[in-house]
Amino acid sequence: MQTQLEAGREISRVQSAVAARRAQATLYKRPRPGEDAIRVYLLLCGILSIFTTLGIIFVLGEESLRFFTSGVTNAVEFLTSIKWQPQAGEFGILPLLESTLMTSFMAMLVAIPLGLGSAIYLAEYAPSRVRSTMKPILEVLAGIPTVVYGYFALTFMTPALRGIFGQDAVQIYNTAAAGIVMGIMILPTISSMAEDALSSVPRSLREASYGLGATRFETIVKVVLPAALSGILAAFIIGISRAVGETMIVALAAGAGSNWSFPPNFFVAAETMTGHIARISGGDLSYDSVDYNSLFAIGLMLFFITLGLNLLSQWVSKRFREVYQ
Amino acid sequence: MTQNGAYAIQLKNVDVFYGPKLAVSDVSLNIQTRRITAFIGPSGCGKSTVLRSINRMNDLIPGARVQGDVTFQGQNLYAPEVDPVEVRRRIGMVFQKPNPFPKSIYDNVAYGPRLLGVRSKAVLDEIVEKSLKGAYLWDEVRSDLKKSGLALSGGQQQRLCIARTIAVEPEVILMDEPCSALDPIATQAVEDLMKILVKQYTIVIVTHNMQQAQRVSDFTAFFSIRKQEETPGKENRWGVLGEFAETTELFSSPNSEETERYIRGEFG
Amino acid sequence: MSASVSQANLLPTGAEFQKGLARRNFRGSVWGRFYSLSLLVAILALIALVLNIVNSAFGYAITAYEVEPTALVAGGDVGGLDAEQLVVILQDYQERRLPVYIRDNLSVVDPSIFTQVPLSESLAGRTFPAELAAMTVTELTRDQQAAVLAASLSVDTLRSLVEVEVIGEQVIHPYALSESLFERSRIDAELLEALEDEPNARLEFRSWLNFEFLTAAGSSDPAAAGVRTALLGTLWVIFITVLFAFPVGVGAAIYLEEYAVPNRLNKLIETNIRNLAGVPSIIYGLLGLAVLVRSLEFITQGRTILSAGLTLGLLILPVIIINSQEAIRAVPSSIREASFGVGATKWQTIWNQVLPAAMPGILTGTILAMSRAVGETAPLIVIGASTFIVTDPTSPFAKFTALPIQIYQWTARPQSEFRAIAAAAIIVLLVLLLLFNATAIILRQRYRKSLQG
Repeated sequence: MQTQLEAGREISRVQSAVAARRAQATLYKRPRPGEDAIRVYLLLCGILSIFTTLGIIFVLGEESLRFFTSGVTNAVEFLTSIKWQPQAGEFGILPLLESTLMTSFMAMLVAIPLGLGSAIYLAEYAPSRVRSTMKPILEVLAGIPTVVYGYFALTFMTPALRGIFGQDAVQIYNTAAAGIVMGIMILPTISSMAEDALSSVPRSLREASYGLGATRFETIVKVVLPAALSGILAAFIIGISRAVGETMIVALAAGAGSNWSFPPNFFVAAETMTGHIARISGGDLSYDSVDYNSLFAIGLMLFFITLGLNLLSQWVSKRFREVYQ
Repeated sequence: MTQNGAYAIQLKNVDVFYGPKLAVSDVSLNIQTRRITAFIGPSGCGKSTVLRSINRMNDLIPGARVQGDVTFQGQNLYAPEVDPVEVRRRIGMVFQKPNPFPKSIYDNVAYGPRLLGVRSKAVLDEIVEKSLKGAYLWDEVRSDLKKSGLALSGGQQQRLCIARTIAVEPEVILMDEPCSALDPIATQAVEDLMKILVKQYTIVIVTHNMQQAQRVSDFTAFFSIRKQEETPGKENRWGVLGEFAETTELFSSPNSEETERYIRGEFG
Repeated sequence: MSASVSQANLLPTGAEFQKGLARRNFRGSVWGRFYSLSLLVAILALIALVLNIVNSAFGYAITAYEVEPTALVAGGDVGGLDAEQLVVILQDYQERRLPVYIRDNLSVVDPSIFTQVPLSESLAGRTFPAELAAMTVTELTRDQQAAVLAASLSVDTLRSLVEVEVIGEQVIHPYALSESLFERSRIDAELLEALEDEPNARLEFRSWLNFEFLTAAGSSDPAAAGVRTALLGTLWVIFITVLFAFPVGVGAAIYLEEYAVPNRLNKLIETNIRNLAGVPSIIYGLLGLAVLVRSLEFITQGRTILSAGLTLGLLILPVIIINSQEAIRAVPSSIREASFGVGATKWQTIWNQVLPAAMPGILTGTILAMSRAVGETAPLIVIGASTFIVTDPTSPFAKFTALPIQIYQWTARPQSEFRAIAAAAIIVLLVLLLLFNATAIILRQRYRKSLQG
């Protein structure tokens, strides 16, 4: 104790290096150029994202403008024609859009029931041990590169469909196989977002329902699902957005060459917007040709659709937050 | 009362706002050098807010604003040319919950001196040893300075935080309810330490515990709450300084009835 | 009292209630089964996907050699031969094609004038015996042509020439693993058929994923093709991607969490990042094509590793920022206060306290983003990486190919032998991803340990 007391008294005597600096120090601000430079750098990092967005809009807009003013086509024809035949100067986006919607529809047909079902199972039924094994498996599914899913669609799903529906009915390239596999790819996204929405429903609501003598299934359908509805809808919308923007699966499995089919036939080859961009840009493409510009016009369309869906999803889930907090 | 020399810190007509909301109004008090001053008062009376305005810790809260003069050695701490970093170096702070860095004991203590540019291993070793001795922690940790600060017990962690603070040789140490998260034995150790540190430093302590204020402090400031109904159902509350005196005097013969009721434990 | 009595009469009781409850429970259990079934479908899909790949990557194949490797060298392994020996083999078996090899591998002039100009011109800058400089390639003797090849070509190139041109392994029919296991009799029958056309045909069990596959360069011949070029391309691209996206992404996250006050600009940045995360990857490809490949060609040199790396960097930037923000937000503010309390500046506090504490989360997020970049194919196709490349990249300004691109090209071909090597390449890609994720887990745990001692 005595030595410690002495030590306490010694403090000021010993910390010479610090004390020497202290003696000269005033409270006045010292210039800190390093701090300022870092702050500017960090701000620039943040602002870069805005430039990325502006860059995307500018690039897509500029090239699209060239496309529409090239004289080969115009915006009205682009949006209304059902023929996309660049060799013949026909640039109507509808067939590409139709295939995109078809593959996305097929994907959602798979991903919505399975994604929501597995989310309900994980959030409401599964014991924690099952949950902790199943969630990483879904994460693995989410982490597989899309080109691998494309391989799977072409070498597994298509033969399987042809086996079931007949070689003649199902073409080697078709939107059904691409769509189904895309659904499997999107399933984990929907499942995890929907599960988050379900888990955030307050326990008290569930207990109130059980307290009135409802079964588990009734509680889920009548209380939990309606309460989590906005979050689940947001998950579905994000799923659609991902399906619309997905490229590699359709590039490998949906086929080349636009195809307007009415009524839609899911078993024939049809090129989607993304598939077309990938195929044309992957070949010999000369800059400043109409073909080149047309890709950006498709890209602009794609950008607006996905941005709209993303904003819609955010709006829907924001409403959800307002209601429950 | 006009002499600056005996006072480490003088607050004059200090108001603190959080955004548009007034948190503390019109606080004026003088804090004596090398004495322990305690801030007491009910929850929400702004005693921590006043404490944090002394070393400009409130700057870190978005929207917080301090009006009036806080003078440290004749300099207004809120003058535009004053650097808050420099202020905090000279007016150190110990927090309610022990908050050692997730680093070794040694690195915790050496952190401040390193910021000041001390690089020599020998000097750092010496500072660390003296600071830990000063915080009464040396004997307990000397054999294992590489151990994580988080591996210590709560009381040891708080003394580590004190060691970390005195390692940069501040002139004032602010303590924001330093013992509220500690058990009685650890509290005892920290209180003993304060009584030794005060030979060297000016100490301001916020405490919820009136016995603690009586045990350790030389002066006590009692803060209380003022209320005003702005619109029906919406009440504005802010803190004011109720009474400030020598501790023995404040507790034996309080000036106001409010102080008396508080120290008798009738509210708070 | 009377109200409750009348209400009781309205509700089903006794047997009626029991019957209703049984129906309700039945419905519940049916749906409950559907829910667990949908998870099962997801897992089955994953299993099918993996099995499908394994199924294609291994199995019997009917192959035939032009020349048996054992006829060239004892043991049949040409890997151990040196340049001289390899050139001798080429000369022995493909004497007449030696000028073609010189033209394809060494010539710096247009192929149409190659035979008309002297070596000093057609092979300018290459190493070859100086006394031949004045002669055209057709004037050389076979031995002299061989000497030129031996002097200039690497052992690797010569070996692949021997493999493709001399040994000429041909895959007549690859079989999937399932066929190999369960349809052996059909395979044997087909082997007999094949022997009628190709007396050298033989059946071998083949792992398309093997050491040679990993170390060989790309080739249009599936039996000789490998992923070395593509794998190196992928590693280069990812290196550039992370080099760019990590400091910028973490920087933006620090700015948003530690510096930004909630004003309009910062809210805009925040919303914008969330929206960028939802932009389809192919759009980033178009951005990279127009800006990095074309407008900034004077810096990036066009369709290079640098362009691709930066494109993917922009793509994963939002992911890194969002993950890093979460990690930084999770650092308790008491640590910041403690640091400020001893007189640290803002940046000192961030650098010494906040970043180390947030680093496990930041690293995990970055590696996850990296994994995404590794598998991204569409943007690389759009910026034009989809060309046939067999030379290893050596700088950020090199033209390149990447693993997912290679998988795409091989999968898109109709021949089943390309499907087999695509499957093998997929396994390489998945193992690479697995390594990344394992690294993430190890890093995180090690960091955690070092922090808590």
